[in-house]
Amino acid sequence: MIMGTIFASFWLGKLNLKALPPNYIQMGGAVMILSILLGLLLFITVTKKWKWLYREWLTTQDPKKIGVMYILVALGMLLRGGADVALLRTQQSISVGHNMGILSASHFQQIVSAHGTIMIFFVAMGLMFGIINLIVPLQIGARDVAFPFLNATSFWLFFAGMILVNASLVLGDFAATGWLAYPPLSELRYSPTVGVDYWIWSLEIAGVGSLMAGINFIVTILKMRVKGMSFMKMPMFVWSVLGSMFLVAFAFPILTVCLTLLALDRDLGTHFFTAGGGGNMMMYVNLIWAWGHPEVYILVLPSFGIFSEIVATFSRKRLFGYTSMVWAIAAIVLLSFTVWLHHFFTMGAGSNVNGFFGIMTMIIAIPTGVKIFNWLFTMYRGKIKMDSPMLWFIGFVVIFTIGGMAGVLMAVPPIDFQLHNSLFLIAHFHMMIVGGVLFGDFAGISYWFPKIFGFKLNERLGRLVFWLWFIGFLVAFIPLYILGFMGATRRLDHYSAGLGWQALFIVAAIGTVLIGLGVGVQILQIVISVRDRKKLRDTTGDPWDGRSLEWSTPSPVPVYSFARLPHVTERDAFWVAKRHKIKDKSSYEDIVLPKNTPLSMVIGISAFATGFGIVWHIWWLAVVGLLSVVVTIIVRSMDEDTEYTIPASEVKKMDRQLRAEGGLR
Amino acid sequence: MNVSNNKHEHLDVLVSSHQPEPSTLKNYIIGFTSSVILTMFAYLAVTHQFAGKWVMIIILAILAMTQFIIQLIYFLHINQEFAPRLKLIVLLSMLTVVVILVGGSIWIMNNLNGRMMDTKAMEQYMNSQNSL
Amino acid sequence: MSNPMPGVEIANTNKLIAKYDNETKTIFGFWVYIMTDCVLFASLFAVFAVLRNNTFGGPSGAQLFSLPYVLAETLVLLSSSFSCGLAVLSAQKRHKNHVIFWFLITFILGAIFLTLELNEFHKFIAMGDSWRRSGFLSSYFTLVATHGLHITIGLIWMAVMIGYIIKRGITDGVLKRIRLISLFWHFLDVVWIFIFTIVYLFGVLK
Repeated sequence: MIMGTIFASFWLGKLNLKALPPNYIQMGGAVMILSILLGLLLFITVTKKWKWLYREWLTTQDPKKIGVMYILVALGMLLRGGADVALLRTQQSISVGHNMGILSASHFQQIVSAHGTIMIFFVAMGLMFGIINLIVPLQIGARDVAFPFLNATSFWLFFAGMILVNASLVLGDFAATGWLAYPPLSELRYSPTVGVDYWIWSLEIAGVGSLMAGINFIVTILKMRVKGMSFMKMPMFVWSVLGSMFLVAFAFPILTVCLTLLALDRDLGTHFFTAGGGGNMMMYVNLIWAWGHPEVYILVLPSFGIFSEIVATFSRKRLFGYTSMVWAIAAIVLLSFTVWLHHFFTMGAGSNVNGFFGIMTMIIAIPTGVKIFNWLFTMYRGKIKMDSPMLWFIGFVVIFTIGGMAGVLMAVPPIDFQLHNSLFLIAHFHMMIVGGVLFGDFAGISYWFPKIFGFKLNERLGRLVFWLWFIGFLVAFIPLYILGFMGATRRLDHYSAGLGWQALFIVAAIGTVLIGLGVGVQILQIVISVRDRKKLRDTTGDPWDGRSLEWSTPSPVPVYSFARLPHVTERDAFWVAKRHKIKDKSSYEDIVLPKNTPLSMVIGISAFATGFGIVWHIWWLAVVGLLSVVVTIIVRSMDEDTEYTIPASEVKKMDRQLRAEGGLR
Repeated sequence: MNVSNNKHEHLDVLVSSHQPEPSTLKNYIIGFTSSVILTMFAYLAVTHQFAGKWVMIIILAILAMTQFIIQLIYFLHINQEFAPRLKLIVLLSMLTVVVILVGGSIWIMNNLNGRMMDTKAMEQYMNSQNSL
Repeated sequence: MSNPMPGVEIANTNKLIAKYDNETKTIFGFWVYIMTDCVLFASLFAVFAVLRNNTFGGPSGAQLFSLPYVLAETLVLLSSSFSCGLAVLSAQKRHKNHVIFWFLITFILGAIFLTLELNEFHKFIAMGDSWRRSGFLSSYFTLVATHGLHITIGLIWMAVMIGYIIKRGITDGVLKRIRLISLFWHFLDVVWIFIFTIVYLFGVLK
């Protein structure tokens, strides 16, 4: 018997039957995620797509495909995070007085943490990296990123982290600590289950992936621009990505340290953030926000870039104040490292410290304001076309400005003391992350969709999607400002009837339903557009009369991206070439591209095994996973045959054919 | 044609590994000996502590920074880069972030500690709570 | 001056440019990675600086550290940094055996450094002063061991490199990798300057 227990604890660690979901609602979640997974696997098997999937997608090193995979995973996670919201808002609208609602307090807290974690790390980051992968190389006239293998590996680490977060639905539980898991609550003593470990290791793995992607794109942008594209001739999206990636490179190591120290506290008995033993829990809060604040700008800068492209294209004017935009990005990058304390004004620092960080927070609003005005001046006297990307921009300006004003309000420490951890704050940061980041990513997707897939999305449904999201969002979050003033705190699973909050919570829930409808129509829009793809086909490669280099290629973009490298002499290179009828000049040449390899995926699977092993204390699995990563890296570094060449004659033939079909210049 | 030839030769110098490169034995020897001297000096300064704590900290910090710069130049060859000096730009950005992060953390946490119960009193309080 | 084959000339130049770009790209990318690693160490230094007085009744740095011992570690690591530089110099001259010799020396010095460090850890743990003892010791062990972990990775990498050089000789690809590993190794020495100064020297000041 004892031998049996020792045997089981060696092979399975802490894992046993008790890890299965304890009640029907949690069981429902587990069954849902498993049936989605099985359904997908079954579908692929029935349609005999495994070979195709493996060869065309799973092993690919092409950033254009990796970008699509990022976006697919992120949209899937948007549904997961959205399902979480449905539960949360239902609970909050009915759990009043004697009615305890449908969720237990602990389960409610787990869902809140999962919602935040998934939406930031696997939706916002996923959409951002997806669009960056798709567009940055094209905009700088490069055929690939600097390190294709590293890029694919980044994606697979992101994927491994995503699987680990969702595994917590089936085995064990998730952190009931909020999305940043402050100690001492997240310490072993107060959170003894595996929930916090799932949180730590999924973010650790996805975070390393993001860090590598950050390095990759810094090098891509700095070293791989096409001849003639000096810094001040780069499209604004590329500038904003460069700023964002600098933040990734310098902020994510802080997150790695922070998570590792918490894991050491939990697994090895160190005293970094414990309440006793000489630990200092405030240091955790300090460190996690030293990463967390730059993270906000990591997400929002690329969205700013997307809007800069869209506003210029749809106003048919040059971007107003290009130079000031560049300096605004630089200022934001620097300042975003100097404001992190405003997330914990109430921790008890003196007035010098609070005052300094309050002032810095107000200062960082200035470059953001500069950008807003630049976009508005770009529109001024432009010939504006109100297509759906432009609608997203208008929605963004409205919501982001309201949310931004609320932010500046909270930059004043005494006011923050009133509003800290209230629903006012929740409304504020959702306006930044949804209105700023998500609207930008949606705008970018509908703007670049024809470039990637070769046909436009259905415009009428696109408009409906926008209006449902926009109105739904306002209905869902304006009540939270009011509730915040009335004293409602965040992560509230129950309140007494006498407070009179229920009506507003129900209004917020109605807003959530509207957003849910928006998501439904979004799915419908994709289905309908795929059905009508012949009618919506983009034959020109330039459906919006675009300005930057990606529009000079045929849609969908061929594997080599540019048959002949474009010449850049000015900003908005493609626009200038169109207007002045400049013909393509460089000759066809042999094109070298990376070969497919499954090793990136192997690293992702191994990282997942390591993470899962550490979460459940299955140490053999963790060691095997880690060794597998090391061996895979060594094997890869030994391989000198990683590229293939498309001969110039072949490129010429393919290019002529594509351009003849589409009637391109 | 002349121009293209010159360009070719220039690149050849850069690319071909048969040509002597800027990093030379002399550089490594300078870097190594001065690092050893600086390390010994710092070590002896501490073992014969000749000044107050804060003076010593400043002296040691200056010695460490000097050795840092020397190793940057003679081991990491930061000065042998062509324009645009991207390595240097990334290095300076990193140093900025590090100064803000470390300096800011120490400032914030010291400020907090100054407003907290001191450790001894805290431990006594916690013990009294535990014994209740 | 006339060139009999201008086309070939241009093609060669293009290939050289491509090769040069590729090499600078990789080295620059690795440099950016090292900068991010510096931020990682900086975060650990910040934690150490904040927790350095939280001894919780346990020993302080002044009571634990033996400076001559740490000085020996420092000089060993510094020498390995120097011998790594000599390996790069030999590699540039394509002297295969010299490269292997200097890398072996570097490897041995690195292994000695790691042994010294582990021995120091062992001594502290045997006295009951492990990372569980106090916040100060947690941060001390984590900071120094993170550096030690990097050294371990460097040693594994170096062992693989030596095998690689023996098998393939010094090709352009190998030379690029030698440059990368030397960058990594010198960087670890740079980090050690600060560990030596901030953890050990500051730690024993009165």
